[in-house]
Amino acid sequence: MKADVIIVGGGLMGSATAFFLRRRGLSVILLERDLVGQAATVASFGNIRRQGRFLPQLPLANLSRDLWGRVPELIGEDVEFLASGHLRVCFRDAEIGRMEQYARDCAPYGLKLELISRNALRDRFPYLSPEAVMASYSPLDGHANPRLAAPAFARAARREGAVVVEHAEVVGIARGAEDFVVETRAGTFRAPMVQVSAGAWGQRLSAALGEDVPLTPAGPQMGVTEPAPYRIPEVMGIHTDVTEEGVYLRQVQRGNIVFGGGRRDAASLDTKRATLNPLNTMAQMPHLRRLLPAMAQLRVIRTWSGVEGYLRDDIPVMGPSGVTPGLFYAFGFCGHGFQLGPGVGATMAELIATGRTSVPIEPFHIGRFAAASSTPPGPQRG
Amino acid sequence: MASPAVIVIGAGPAGIRAAARLVEAGLRPVLIDENERSGGQIYRRQPAGFTRPASALYGSEAAKAVALHAAADALAPRLDYRPGTLVWGIADGAVLTQRGDRLERLPYAALILCSGATDRIMPLPGWTLPGVYSLGAAQIALKAQACAIGSRVVFMGTGPLLYLVAWQYVKAGATVAAVLDTSPSRRRVLAAAALAARPAVLAQGLRYLAGLRRAGIPVLTGVTPLRIEGHGRVAGVVVSDRAGRERRVEADAVGLGYGLRSETQLADLAKARFGFDAVARQWLPETDADGRSSVPLVYLAGDGAVVRGADAAELAGRLAACAALRDLGHAVPEEEFSRLRAALRPMSRFRQGLENGFPWPGHLAAMLPNETIICRCEAITAGAIRRTVAETGAPEMNRAKSLGRVGMGRCQGRICGLAAAEVIAAARGVPVEEVGQLRGAAPIKPLPLTAELGPDEG
Repeated sequence: MKADVIIVGGGLMGSATAFFLRRRGLSVILLERDLVGQAATVASFGNIRRQGRFLPQLPLANLSRDLWGRVPELIGEDVEFLASGHLRVCFRDAEIGRMEQYARDCAPYGLKLELISRNALRDRFPYLSPEAVMASYSPLDGHANPRLAAPAFARAARREGAVVVEHAEVVGIARGAEDFVVETRAGTFRAPMVQVSAGAWGQRLSAALGEDVPLTPAGPQMGVTEPAPYRIPEVMGIHTDVTEEGVYLRQVQRGNIVFGGGRRDAASLDTKRATLNPLNTMAQMPHLRRLLPAMAQLRVIRTWSGVEGYLRDDIPVMGPSGVTPGLFYAFGFCGHGFQLGPGVGATMAELIATGRTSVPIEPFHIGRFAAASSTPPGPQRG
Repeated sequence: MASPAVIVIGAGPAGIRAAARLVEAGLRPVLIDENERSGGQIYRRQPAGFTRPASALYGSEAAKAVALHAAADALAPRLDYRPGTLVWGIADGAVLTQRGDRLERLPYAALILCSGATDRIMPLPGWTLPGVYSLGAAQIALKAQACAIGSRVVFMGTGPLLYLVAWQYVKAGATVAAVLDTSPSRRRVLAAAALAARPAVLAQGLRYLAGLRRAGIPVLTGVTPLRIEGHGRVAGVVVSDRAGRERRVEADAVGLGYGLRSETQLADLAKARFGFDAVARQWLPETDADGRSSVPLVYLAGDGAVVRGADAAELAGRLAACAALRDLGHAVPEEEFSRLRAALRPMSRFRQGLENGFPWPGHLAAMLPNETIICRCEAITAGAIRRTVAETGAPEMNRAKSLGRVGMGRCQGRICGLAAAEVIAAARGVPVEEVGQLRGAAPIKPLPLTAELGPDEG
């Protein structure tokens, strides 16, 4: 089977790229090893957060935020996106300066943050910890449902004419005279262009294509409480340098509070499973209670993890190959890819179709690992 | 932190006998139980201050109950006994416990899981009305609190517990309106040879049935449950009888249950390998004849491994402890192994007879109306599950859960999982074993966010 573009990997990145490529009129085959959206996407917290990101990533994040707001009209399905606001909260005076600095630095990118401290913070968000010294509020950020997003984009791509093949694990990609030949367990596929968006497994494919990258798989430690009356629209996270303290949470409209953060645990590319270590859940609980004291009345009912890929410099690989024409990458989103998904899909489709992108993505080029090792600043969390 | 001990989870018949055998070998095991008093479900004890005698509580099983309680009480000082304690997770060779706001991490040298069983539930329209209880809950109300679940009770489902609980209610003076059994009586005839493996138990079951008939209680077999009626409260039960006629029985409470399902989440968290058990129609942890799981030094005994009842659980608990002792380097006479294995053999045969005589009516799931709630934690109906399967192509349980939320709530599929699997299998037109099982995750039961590790831990 042949198409203009083959996409390897049916997570949110691959599914969204397939959708936007169809919108640009290119024929697409999306190859997924198992089922669409089962690895990193489904383990995502569901954060639609721009604040705190690596600044050069903000144009892409802004584009993606606009697309999230239009998802129902774009794909004809609701993935529970709510622009309900995002709060980064700090508990130490020493962190106030950094929070103020970020708010100044991101303004030129069009991200307007509101800094709120102490009494004003308590008046406005009375459910927040009384110990909080400052919060940075991003009113147009929010959250969406990561379990639904990738399958919904893949279904939309299929409706637009993409060929979506599940259970098609790729066993080899070769550059032929005219086309790439992609061998899978479900047959052989050909196309003049290929995008690798295989998440934590992206490194194995890029290395086989001559471009190795320093990627480590890991699993986020997620959990959810029983439902309580829906009162807390904002997604919130603790802004801190101490890994264990860095928890985040959001309440879904059904009432449950989803949470994550703190330490990550091991993930295996071979078993395709990531460990949820209940000791991490225990370690999250005091910080969750600190951020949102009312949470102490609730019980944790479920936990999960999933396989994510982390690059050494904590930013993704995204853009054209440095060595092979027609080859493109979008993988290793280091635990902060969910918000970027639609923007990555639109931008990669633009790049593949036109050779240009309307938002800068040069910092994410795979060639950065081929050059002398330099480590640009990674994104801040929370 | 304490050095690793042998940990036994569950203080029912299997757990008590396992702990007793470990003590005999000179060990001081940890015995953890979710209940405040030992005895398990079948030999559940009343709270302090209640005075019904054992003969009234346990009937023909009173002598066994008294013996087991006496054994547990005598054992208590020689154990690290932790009642009222939930094991909510297993990680890195340790069990994680919660009692009130206190969490503990207890490393184990060996782990014997005696986690018991709960009712198998097949939903039907009206099953979430107030007044509907599981058979087990109806029995607990009677045993632990001397309460009946209603003033006019219908018992519906199948399995020996159906008749036992109905008989216990009659003996306690409650009004039993009817016993409605989905299994046709010819199934028992076909299973008779296997049931004869334990003649005394078979005779006991027949005595309950005769007693119910003598008391004038209608006993219908081969029924198809249609719905439980009522507004805000149970008012009656409607079934289709063997001849296909609709029959309505007035009632203000229903005890519902279709045999028992093993509680296997801890075995799953311990990473034991599971296989589909064609007799139980459930995924069960694989064990050898002595209770060894696929994971070294993790053992299973009692109804949590396979539902064979209390007598078998006592034997299997002791046998699993023997296996653990031997694997830890203690001398255990071969004769003890062979004696216990031999005693368990007829019980395994009897269990097959019971499952064949009182089969899980999985086929009923296909007939449930779309609006019937299957997953009550998340309010997911049979129709919603069928839609998820049709629209997303979800081929198995975990995908259906991820995309449609069935089994995602407080009970984590413990109540609805078997029925949900049947609904998915029927919607896909495949055998139920092809839709897999829900993956377990800690906490296996809700964990309060206030809970914390003690100061000397972590």
